[in-house]
Amino acid sequence: MIYDLLVAPFAEFTFMKRALAACIALALGGAPIGVLLVLRRMSLMGDALAHSVLPGAALGFVVGGLSLPALALGGVVAGLVVALLAGMASRATGLMEDASLAGFFLIALAAGVLIVSLAGNSVDLTHVLFGNVLAVDAMSLTLVVGIAGLTLAVLALSWRPLIAESFDPEFMAQVGGGGRWHMLFLVLVVLNLVAGFQALGTLMALGLMVLPAVAARLWARSVWQMVVAAVAIALATGYGGLLISWHAGVPSGPAIVLTAGVAYGCSLFIGSQGGVLRRRQQVPHRHG
Amino acid sequence: MTPAIDIQELTVSYDGADVLHRVSGAFPGGALCAVIGPNGSGKTTLLKTIAGLLMPKSGRIRLLGTATQRIAYMPQHAGFDRTFPIVVRDVVAMGLWPRGGRVRRLTGAQRDEIEAAIAAVGLTNVADLPIGALSGGQIRRVLFARAMLQDAAALLLDEPFANVDSDTTAFLVEIMRRWQQEGRIVVTVLHDFELAHKHFGWTMLLAHESVGCGPTASVLTSENLGRARDLCDRCAADRNFWAAA
Repeated sequence: MIYDLLVAPFAEFTFMKRALAACIALALGGAPIGVLLVLRRMSLMGDALAHSVLPGAALGFVVGGLSLPALALGGVVAGLVVALLAGMASRATGLMEDASLAGFFLIALAAGVLIVSLAGNSVDLTHVLFGNVLAVDAMSLTLVVGIAGLTLAVLALSWRPLIAESFDPEFMAQVGGGGRWHMLFLVLVVLNLVAGFQALGTLMALGLMVLPAVAARLWARSVWQMVVAAVAIALATGYGGLLISWHAGVPSGPAIVLTAGVAYGCSLFIGSQGGVLRRRQQVPHRHG
Repeated sequence: MTPAIDIQELTVSYDGADVLHRVSGAFPGGALCAVIGPNGSGKTTLLKTIAGLLMPKSGRIRLLGTATQRIAYMPQHAGFDRTFPIVVRDVVAMGLWPRGGRVRRLTGAQRDEIEAAIAAVGLTNVADLPIGALSGGQIRRVLFARAMLQDAAALLLDEPFANVDSDTTAFLVEIMRRWQQEGRIVVTVLHDFELAHKHFGWTMLLAHESVGCGPTASVLTSENLGRARDLCDRCAADRNFWAAA
């Protein structure tokens, strides 16, 4: 009975196995990136970037159909171009960085939707916007796992500067080399968005990255604890979301993101670091 | 040769307006140096330009007689988020940055250096606490420990005594003295004339231009202060400054 409920879907169906493997890879690579996004106060910028991926993915779709390598390549290029243009525009004009990014991502999103509508049909558009983790094929899985592996390798080598730059960018700018780390980080964000794209679509690609990280913030006292908690939550919600999707017959993307949403909702109340219910019991320890 | 920061004809502008206009002067390593002036006179701009965070429109800044060109700059308001989940020790450790320690594990010697810096500012018992648990004065000590680790030829401090109690101020002045005795140049933006007279042997009086630069007693004269007032219309609003002057 429990076997049927929790294990059988993955044991019996290859597409469920692949979906689970994709979710595990997304959790391992994406959750630490999500932690950095949250700590840099860039959670919403990440969302804007996720939408910016769309026109590139759409062009990839026009050229290569629904094959992930074409979608991914287009997506990475578009995401980085939008991030760079937004940064350059704000430096050149003094416009606020978030305002500039908002302008560019809206243009990108609209252009992307237009391209997909002209070249494909509404099913294709739905696929690009919302993804479908149950349709992950062997090649897509290789790509997702590859991005996760690359992300973890780069993070292992650049963790300390990335954290230092998130914490005190002004200090890092003064001692040299703040900007380089920021660019490296943006590349990692876009890569992971593209990885999440196939499973969750452009609209929710950030779901498995940011929701676990925000939830983890309510449990962790250090960045390291936050990463461990975020990965654990992402793994659990990826697995749980797939099960719910399977048993209830609902789309996988929203099921996964909503499961992560439940984890966040619970953390808001019972999180040991600042959860609403815990907070009442504590004497505030911040002063002056 | 005694180390010194030498400034010649330095002009820095924001949006076309000169914040610093042809400032010349020097900060020698032989004394604690103060930069004094009313709000809006360009003190922070001067420090940031020396630190390399702002580009001058013209003029020259040179670091003379020092073994390294490293400069440590401590802003008035720490540019970090106090709710960030990071412990005191890790913030202090960032000071090692300019000398490596980016990617590889810290060596035993580096760890000892970090602990020594934490002990020197009296924070050993809170080294494992998150930064958010500290008071304003303790945060200031953290920044001092971090600056200490930078092993810089010159330390530029912007209003380090703002919102800090008198005991901590005395303690921080002691640390600055030690830096100076180690042969480092220490330049501090100050608001407080009494502190300047008491602890700082050298002063630059700033009002967009350098009104005077030299031994403190010879710079902070009523004549110079009168000139500063004439030079800087906008600065007239800083009533506290002129009252203290």
